Amino acid sequence: MSVTTAVESARQSGDFASLVEAIPYLRFLGVRVEVREGRRVAVMPFAEHLVGNPTVPALHGGTLGALLESMAHLELLATTPQGKLPRTITLTIDFLRSGKTRDVFAAAKVVKSGRRVATLQCHAWQEDENAPIATAMVILKVG
Amino acid sequence: MAPDAPDLEMMNAALRDFVPHNAALGITMVAASFTPASVTVKMPWSPQLVGNPETEVIHGGAITTLLDAAAGASVFLRLKTAATIATLDLRVDFLGRAPARRDVFARAECYRDTSSVAFVRAIAWVDDPEEPFATAAATFALSTRGRAITEEEVRKGLKP
Repeated sequence: MSVTTAVESARQSGDFASLVEAIPYLRFLGVRVEVREGRRVAVMPFAEHLVGNPTVPALHGGTLGALLESMAHLELLATTPQGKLPRTITLTIDFLRSGKTRDVFAAAKVVKSGRRVATLQCHAWQEDENAPIATAMVILKVG
Repeated sequence: MAPDAPDLEMMNAALRDFVPHNAALGITMVAASFTPASVTVKMPWSPQLVGNPETEVIHGGAITTLLDAAAGASVFLRLKTAATIATLDLRVDFLGRAPARRDVFARAECYRDTSSVAFVRAIAWVDDPEEPFATAAATFALSTRGRAITEEEVRKGLKP
């Protein structure tokens, strides 16, 4: 399925599986998107190739950034008339706790969706959503 | 006695053998210096890094990882030790689209460190470092907790 078709299909059905499947880098990270209690949650299952520091051990911060940025893209597609994959203008990630060698979850919220840009707030967690391991402010180009 | 130039072979061995995710992305160091504390890294274009198959451009997440990897390495060069460090904050500005099917380079410089924090700026480009498609600023926490990888361990891991 092409990305454009997958975007349209995801927007209509609310099922992002085929869109995530159409993006090679998300397949490489093993990311999938689930709907939990009416909201979208990205899941990045633990895998050895995501490790950035084996002595701690900890996940690579870049994988958390990728997960947060991707979730911002998907959330914008899901909640606005945006018809194609958004482009990131600015991504600011704060790393709050080291990512343990277990699954990571992420959710995003649209703070402001304007005509030209949209601002989203994202967070990633492991055991406890109230103790996020990373947060991100993502500014996306709309249209 | 501390060497006056970074040992690129040893740094690449550390990257390859001790940072699985950098190895998975094929990230290697192509240049490094102690003064300024700067490193240039390369990430080869690969189909699995693509963020949009219609444009074949590398996903922004992989660029973020590349910039984070370069930034972390520049901190080690500034400190001249493999101390335990952790990224506190990383801001990436995407100035434009990276060209499709092209290897990406990033250069980071750690320009200041205190007893607890190091400050880094970085850029990513394809053809010309004067025309970067992304810029970044990062802060790192310098920790005395945890155990750093020793030079001996890296040398043991070096393939003959």
